[in-house]
Amino acid sequence: MTASVTHTSAPASHHYTTLGIDSRKIAIWAFIGSECMLFVSLISTYLIYKGRSIVGPFPHEAWTDPATGHVLKPILNIPVTSASTFVLLMSSLFMVLALAAVQNKEKPKHTRGDRILGNSKLWLWMTAAAGTTFLGFQAFEFTSFVHEGLTIRTNLFGSSFFTLTGFHGAHVTAGVLWLVTLLAIDYRRGLGSRDSLLVDIAALYWHFVDVIWIVIFTLVYLIK
Amino acid sequence: MMDTHASTTNLPDSAEADAHAPHAEEEHAHPTWSTYWKVALILTLITVGEVWAYYIPSFVAGRGFIPTLLFLSALKFTIVVMFYMHLKYDARIFRVLFTGPLLIASLTLLALMFLFGHLYIKVM
Repeated sequence: MTASVTHTSAPASHHYTTLGIDSRKIAIWAFIGSECMLFVSLISTYLIYKGRSIVGPFPHEAWTDPATGHVLKPILNIPVTSASTFVLLMSSLFMVLALAAVQNKEKPKHTRGDRILGNSKLWLWMTAAAGTTFLGFQAFEFTSFVHEGLTIRTNLFGSSFFTLTGFHGAHVTAGVLWLVTLLAIDYRRGLGSRDSLLVDIAALYWHFVDVIWIVIFTLVYLIK
Repeated sequence: MMDTHASTTNLPDSAEADAHAPHAEEEHAHPTWSTYWKVALILTLITVGEVWAYYIPSFVAGRGFIPTLLFLSALKFTIVVMFYMHLKYDARIFRVLFTGPLLIASLTLLALMFLFGHLYIKVM
């Protein structure tokens, strides 16, 4: 009797809906759907203002400042952004490997390869490091833009570009912090297969941030 | 009544919750590690192709540049959503929750592009 009462007072580990799906997973997908709307509004703003700046610097064209006579080259640095895009794509791979490692935590690992693939701490660290590297690239890009004379107040391109990529960077920052909390849990008590939903939800958010960057990279950086 | 409850609560937390849970619709096993690596390779190759195309002036000046980049971007988007976000394998309701807002957002984007003169429909 005592055991039964003690057990029922413990918090339930799952919150199923009538569809048989965990409500937290439905919540994260609904959140991602709402985030789609947010980012499409920011992307729309960027595209509407594209090519309508009166003064430079411009993203893809050189510009001569009439006041000083200085020639400003196109401001976007495609090689640097391509590298940061690659890093973010790889972070998505590390994230799914972290999730797979947590889901298969209890399975026996016979080979060294199995032990590496099954090491959730390693993949969570790799994902967080890749996210931080991406943020480093973005900080470098923003700093170099400001040095070249483009700020959020310079022209329509600057306003819409910094708003869009800044919002994305803020989402990446939130994702890195989320990953750090998962790492803290993993070090404190170990993430097992029963925690896979915690990692799954974080992974969905992380991949969403990645797919948004896929769109931004094409629309902002590659299409002239 | 009491006995039934006691026997159910003797299960571990997760097993007990699974026993209470209705059967989740259409959930399948997630891909293997090798599938994840292959997907990463495909995404990398597409990205390399996109950046390569950016540096070919004749292609950039042509009419196929923007549609090609949009197609490749949409392809990468779909691959990540299907394989890394497991939408291909998970319950159908997640597809509805994601594609519904995405569709509305995409239509809004297209409408805004028309309204602000970035897209045209040629009338005879």
